[in-house]
Amino acid sequence: MNLTLKVWRQANAEAKGKMETYPIADVSPDMSFLEMMDVLNEQLMGQGVDPIAFDHDCREGICGMCSMFINGEAHGPDRLVTTCQLHMRKFKDGDTITIEPFRAQAFPVIKDLTVDRSAFDRVQQAGGFVSVNTSGNTQDANSIPIDKHDADKAFDAATCIGCGACVASCKNASAMLFVSAKVSQYALLPQGKVEATDRVMNMVKQMDEEGFGNCTNTGACEVECPKGISLENIARMNREYLYASLKG
Amino acid sequence: MALESKIPKGPLSDKWTNHKSKINLVSPANKRAIDIIVVGTGLAGASASATLAELGYNVKTFCFQDSPRRAHSIAAQGGINAAKNYQGDGDSTYRLFYDTIKGGDYRSREANVHRLAEVSTNIIDQCVAQGVPFARDYGGLLDNRSFGGVLVSRTFYAKGQTGQQLLLGAYSAMNRQIGRGKIKMYNRHEMMDLVVVDGKARGIITRNLVDGKIERHGAHAVVIASGGYGNVFFLSTNAMGSNVSAGWKIHKKGAHFANPCYTQIHPTCIPVSGDHQSKLTLMSESLRNDGRIWVPKNIEDVKAIREGKLKPIEIAEENRDYYLERRYPAFGNLVPRDVASRAAKERCDAGYGVNKTGEAVYLDFAAAIVRYGSEQAHVKGLDENDAALVKKLGQEVVRAKYGNLFQMYEKIVDQDPYETPMMIYPAVHYTMGGVWVDYNLMTSIPGCYAIGEANFSDHGANRLGASALMQGLADGYFVLPYTIGDYLADDIRTGKIDTSHPEFEKAEAAVKAQLESFVNTKGKNTVDYYHRKLGKIMWDKCGMSRNAKGLKEAIADIKALREDFYKNVNVPGTTSEFNEQLAKAGRVADFLELGELFAKDALERTESCGGHFREESQTPEGEALRNDKEFTFVSAWEYKGEPSKAKLHKEKLDYEEIEVKTRSYK
Repeated sequence: MNLTLKVWRQANAEAKGKMETYPIADVSPDMSFLEMMDVLNEQLMGQGVDPIAFDHDCREGICGMCSMFINGEAHGPDRLVTTCQLHMRKFKDGDTITIEPFRAQAFPVIKDLTVDRSAFDRVQQAGGFVSVNTSGNTQDANSIPIDKHDADKAFDAATCIGCGACVASCKNASAMLFVSAKVSQYALLPQGKVEATDRVMNMVKQMDEEGFGNCTNTGACEVECPKGISLENIARMNREYLYASLKG
Repeated sequence: MALESKIPKGPLSDKWTNHKSKINLVSPANKRAIDIIVVGTGLAGASASATLAELGYNVKTFCFQDSPRRAHSIAAQGGINAAKNYQGDGDSTYRLFYDTIKGGDYRSREANVHRLAEVSTNIIDQCVAQGVPFARDYGGLLDNRSFGGVLVSRTFYAKGQTGQQLLLGAYSAMNRQIGRGKIKMYNRHEMMDLVVVDGKARGIITRNLVDGKIERHGAHAVVIASGGYGNVFFLSTNAMGSNVSAGWKIHKKGAHFANPCYTQIHPTCIPVSGDHQSKLTLMSESLRNDGRIWVPKNIEDVKAIREGKLKPIEIAEENRDYYLERRYPAFGNLVPRDVASRAAKERCDAGYGVNKTGEAVYLDFAAAIVRYGSEQAHVKGLDENDAALVKKLGQEVVRAKYGNLFQMYEKIVDQDPYETPMMIYPAVHYTMGGVWVDYNLMTSIPGCYAIGEANFSDHGANRLGASALMQGLADGYFVLPYTIGDYLADDIRTGKIDTSHPEFEKAEAAVKAQLESFVNTKGKNTVDYYHRKLGKIMWDKCGMSRNAKGLKEAIADIKALREDFYKNVNVPGTTSEFNEQLAKAGRVADFLELGELFAKDALERTESCGGHFREESQTPEGEALRNDKEFTFVSAWEYKGEPSKAKLHKEKLDYEEIEVKTRSYK
């Protein structure tokens, strides 16, 4: 396949960025999208052009590091995949593909397609944990039976990979899906209930301080989420938040 | 320096308990005055950081990714072993210990493995308390599954994402301490060198990957938790950024490197599809419970398949060679990883590989689909002779068990594994070798520790499935936080480490000089050009089977490639900016040295054991032949200026509680 790529280039956080156009030839449909980017970078370096910076690591859809906005969609046109799992067979010979970073006020660009998502870490640091020390004396793992349905729902929420596709897809750059997934995981488990009130208040406060927008229930986040995290989690977080606010 | 393993005296099962009771402690007030550096945030690094901070130490933790949650432990699929015996099927600490030693082909340290088995149960308790959502049964209790090489069900799991859930658990424990200010987290920072002052590890030099700034960090102890070095093969199931550099830098500063040639090559990975390939994807070992592995019996059929004239499902049963079932009737498709991998290579080398590259075999679920389908039809009182119905019911069962893996396969290969057999081929997955450590997990540099996959001690020459997660968390949550106190008890009066010391200055200058030389070389080849070439040498000559001739060639080839790298590498950009190529150049430079030591180690060990198969040492049937008389030892290499001059130290392995036997799966 021969393709035309329009790629966001930005030298650093302060620089003004712009779209650049690069042709690429002989792309195999079996390549992953990032392998196509590897080939493009080899080509650019051969021409003395600075290679395009992009985040990636595991390349099997689980680490959450890759983060491209492809043809107007987070992680591109396929469903339930990250950019690293998107394959070139989803495109046609002659296509023009637009590649941009995940854009949000809370995710400043570092270089080209690489953005700073440490805001997500800070939200987790505000309350995304159960306060239990490592001691070797915690009670036996089977001492509290947990309803399988609740355990499975907690697991589904916990599969969030923290990539930020939800924020990039949201017209308000809201992080509600991300935050609610963690709040839900713990809210559904007895181990997480003890601190539920403080957790939701602190995480939401931090989320607001980071500059993420509000949720207006458009559901774009759920559509683009590579792990299929459900909007139900946002509803659960709103309940938790309301309860915590009333409790004071 | 002599190797001192510091294994405590006394009966095996009491060693750890007695040791913990007797080692030195640091008082809570003094812990506040002690700084510890942790490099890496996988299961070992994250759990160690969290626990050390809970104890009261000041922890500085470093990772090269944009967040500690990205570390590659996150990609582990299958599960984590623990001797809980919840299933009442006869499991015990001793049995887990025994299985691990035997699985490692009697090349691991007995006392360390026993300790690992002892603390395994604590890990599950701890993780559940943290809110890790393990799989449960309808009664609300934890579920278990079975893994290769054992006779009990002791593997705890969270669907096919166990590593993710455990890592996020450790990440959450770290986040709590970051929030309290007890851990200072440095994302996008790479460790460039270790600083040793008066023979003790006293800090590290790092590079901020965002702006290129070189920084000095002092500490009373340095913990390396940077994972394995499978990426020396270029293609592996490791993440793109996984590297040996932290381990290699401390090796060059005096830490011995143990058993570098012990590599696990996992039998069920998605085959290479072309020259563009950047990494390989694993298909969980659990698939071998239900999949049958085969290649065509007749070479004409192989040719027809490659030309696209024949489909695998059109080959009659009698024209298929289920080679594992043929060679190993007792274990069949469930032989250990090393045996399954070699058997696949043997068939492909003989010309029976089933894809265009000739390096793939089939993993076929058709029989399992029919078996499950018939069972379902019987249970539901439906017609067991209705082939279409049976197939549909069978596919539903297989989807429930392996759905996420089948989906991953379909996305990558663009074939439907419910309808046609999967194609698989072995790939580099895990490295049992690593930095040599004593019983306290301290390297041969005082104050420098290595934990998790980065060290060597627990898996011998072959690792059993679901044991890597166990070891990472055991080291980080339950072993290191105790043993490190024994060393730090002598450091309570040291005070803050002064990073203006000449040793820091020297190390920083050397780091800067190397970085500048990379960007100033302005050669003609990219970093990946060298990495791919190194990977090809490693795979061809130090891969699944090794011989003296190939290993000697590899040593010469790698040395020549390394020299060419320093003359002709092209690293664009500058040292003072976000520069991925520059970061990669440093990692590949270290792989180019490690690769040579790897080949040297493999050459020295003329026996076959676990994942290390020497063609000169095999039985008449072509099975691995161990040589216990001459090789029951750990090879610990001391750096002497360059890899070829490394000096071998031998740590003899004594087995008090276990009778050393030959592994047979026939």
